[in-house]
Amino acid sequence: MRYLPHTDEDIQIMMDKIGVASLEEIFPTVPQDCRYQGTMDIPDPYTEWDLNSHMDEIRELMDVKPDYKVLIGAGSYDHHIPTIIPSLTSRSEFLTAYTPYQPEMAQGTLQGLFEYQTLASRLLGVDVANASMYDGASALAEALLMGIRVSRKKTKVAVSRAIHPHYRQVVEAYFRPTEFEVIELPYLPDGKTDLQGLDDIDDLAAVAVQSPNFFGVIEDLQTAGERIHEVGALFVAGFTEPLAFGLLKNPGSQGADIVCGEGQSLGIARSFGGPALGMFGCKDKFLRSMPGRLVGETVDLDGKRGFVLTLSTREQHIRREKATSNICSNQGICTITATMYMAALGGTGLRKLARLNYDKAEYLKAELAKAGAKMTFESAGFNEFVVEFDEDFRPVYDQLVKKKIIAGLELGRFYPELAGKYLFCVTETASREVLDTVVREVKK
Amino acid sequence: MKNAPGISGLILNEPLLWEKGKKGRNGMSVSDSDVPAAPLAEELVGEGPDFPDLSEVDVVRHYTRLSQWNFGVDTGLYPLGSCTMKYNPKINEKHAAAPEITSAHPMLSDEQSQGTLKLMYELQNYLAIITGMDSVSVQPAAGAHGELAGMLIFAAYHKSRGSKRTKILMPDTAHGTNPASAALCGYKPVPVKSGERGILEVELIRELMDEETAGIMITNPNTLGLFEENIREIADIVHEKGGLVYADGANLNAIMGIVDSKKCGIDVLHLNLHKTFSTPHGGGGPGAGPVCVVEELAKFLPAPLVEKDGDKYRLEHNRPESVGRIHGFFGNFGVLVRAYCYILSMGAENLKKVSQYAVLNACYIKEHLKGHLHLAYNRPCMHEAVFTDRFQLEYKVSTLDMAKRLMDCGYHPPTIYFPLVVHGAIMIEPTETECLEDLDTFIEVFKGVVEEAKENPDLLGSSPQRFKVKRLDETRAARNPCLTG
Repeated sequence: MRYLPHTDEDIQIMMDKIGVASLEEIFPTVPQDCRYQGTMDIPDPYTEWDLNSHMDEIRELMDVKPDYKVLIGAGSYDHHIPTIIPSLTSRSEFLTAYTPYQPEMAQGTLQGLFEYQTLASRLLGVDVANASMYDGASALAEALLMGIRVSRKKTKVAVSRAIHPHYRQVVEAYFRPTEFEVIELPYLPDGKTDLQGLDDIDDLAAVAVQSPNFFGVIEDLQTAGERIHEVGALFVAGFTEPLAFGLLKNPGSQGADIVCGEGQSLGIARSFGGPALGMFGCKDKFLRSMPGRLVGETVDLDGKRGFVLTLSTREQHIRREKATSNICSNQGICTITATMYMAALGGTGLRKLARLNYDKAEYLKAELAKAGAKMTFESAGFNEFVVEFDEDFRPVYDQLVKKKIIAGLELGRFYPELAGKYLFCVTETASREVLDTVVREVKK
Repeated sequence: MKNAPGISGLILNEPLLWEKGKKGRNGMSVSDSDVPAAPLAEELVGEGPDFPDLSEVDVVRHYTRLSQWNFGVDTGLYPLGSCTMKYNPKINEKHAAAPEITSAHPMLSDEQSQGTLKLMYELQNYLAIITGMDSVSVQPAAGAHGELAGMLIFAAYHKSRGSKRTKILMPDTAHGTNPASAALCGYKPVPVKSGERGILEVELIRELMDEETAGIMITNPNTLGLFEENIREIADIVHEKGGLVYADGANLNAIMGIVDSKKCGIDVLHLNLHKTFSTPHGGGGPGAGPVCVVEELAKFLPAPLVEKDGDKYRLEHNRPESVGRIHGFFGNFGVLVRAYCYILSMGAENLKKVSQYAVLNACYIKEHLKGHLHLAYNRPCMHEAVFTDRFQLEYKVSTLDMAKRLMDCGYHPPTIYFPLVVHGAIMIEPTETECLEDLDTFIEVFKGVVEEAKENPDLLGSSPQRFKVKRLDETRAARNPCLTG
């Protein structure tokens, strides 16, 4: 097998040195009653060529081919990824390197992560950003746990129902074995979070609001922040579409104490939901409570600038059970990918791209409205919105599938109260032609 | 040093991204709009972030140079103990990058996603077979995430039996993520000292295990590279008091086709696909940490799981006793694709050889280096061997100094100062993908470094010299953190 270089001769030389007569003898400490019986019942090895054929078959089973237009966001966005990115991230010095614990031979990764921390903190408007969490969902759970830690005595967190339903499930899972309570905040008819009930909850450590939220609605973060701080809680601002901050006010500028969300839109392929990129940042004063790796600038023996992992006393390998999290591996290459994307796009490009997303979504909204559809939520949105039709949309949906367009996501499976309504996403990848095709089918 | 791979080279400097560029440059195509500009309320509009504007050439040169300051498995031997830095097959990269995979949206219906669901289903099964366990979830995004899933399963199990457990037995050789994961579920770790032979002793477990203890978190083989020989008896003791046995599967590379984890008495096991199953480390991730359980605990696994009805695959969300969802979607699917391809490329016989050769390589290095370096436990090791700097201390040379000198010789150093129970630990895990000649060269070079420690300790103290930077002031970085530019 091409990954196993040992020849019979090699093995003999090595066994002689060790003083064994067969490979069976190199496991003297494994008791008989722990042994694997027989051989593992998995397929015979595939050559490279057979594996290619097998994977062709797997790919064939995907109904929605790459040339389809999928007008769904819901936490996983279709954005153009420039070719330089897979080209650069495939460089084995980035891809096959370990976590940079020996910094002198990992300055590529370390400078890359420092650049990420910097650009991410500028994008989100925070004082400091970490070098990533697994994804937006676990980042939110960790943010709320951090809120509990920072508040010391408090036992409750509140989470908006307009946050991505999977994210709320992950928060529930993380909180279930603790004595802390997770309270759900409803949303208003305009699609924004209803913060009225905050006064009635005592002992509130942190409140989480997502903007743009799951419905694509832009929340009034400044007002939310004021309300939340009024009741003495920490303000956690989440997101699933960071491109929004190329156009809209970023959460840090609106008073968020912790900002966390999903960075997949920044040059990472959807890939059936993973790997993703948990982005996480906060105000300076909370730095020592923040989970995740951090890269810091320093100098070497000659006074030259260099970068190292730092403030590790927060982390599991030092602090163990008192660590700010158990996280070890983060999202490494995805973090570098996002930085490359932000670097290639640039400040000017990001503005243009964000505007393009907004205009395209608004165009589809306007045209659908003209065709008799109704926008469920009145409020302004970025590149997603919820729409309802006076007739069953499913036949239209099915017709559009034949035209290689996936027209939105039916919300009933996540929000029973929104059954029959559809969440649409329009990004720069959807041409006017595609949007006009959708509208034409609706008109029929 | 005569045969050492590391010689010399040209290193190019490269500024930080915002130290480059010019406003108006662009490195990515952004189309002009084909729809009218829509009105947007002034009070919603922000300034946009202060990002540099760079050309495509700027970006490509930047990252090409950065990559040249790094060292990967493809560059040379990377014998980090407990990390399993084996070769990362390129064919796996190709399949993870296939357009049907990369464009797959996770919110499409099951019918539309049969390919990806089939892959997940088959991987769930292959991992169960390889480990000997019954049921698998591939949702956790990293080893520590798999540990969290395991601890959540412990909590759910005990809760379902109305049993309040507040403690968990934690061997002193445990990886740091173990106590941190346990703490997330409110379990207080009870430290368990390993015996003189470097493994857990039955009597101590019997003393410590009680009905307030949720169970034990072990690593097998452990972080000293030794098989926990008493594991079955230990499992029996824990089970007798109603506890569960969690195994950290980071070191699975030593036991595939050799050990059946279920027969060891293990109830919950996590795997590291980025270690045993060849997926690349990416400079810190992404990894994947599937969690495997015995049948009795399957109902607690994170949801959804992939199930098969006839020849159709579907996501089973209706799992009322599941610990719930711990990832936004299904885990690091792109990583799962690579592990799947690896398993299919190897087959059963070759996976067993992986473990045999991984152990063979480590034992071979151990035989050669013992006597030159102090061997922490003079016993049969598995896929990694642990030495210390005891013999070098008289020359005032530490493990760190030897590691830095090895770098200049062209190697990534072994794991240093872990496990904590060994002072000045040097943990060497060559993995099975290293050939005999390369091992012989490494051994020769390390022996040379040991000589240098005696004859020329200052050389080691001032290493490394050949990289972009010399030793970095980590104290300064922590004291005055500068985390953004």
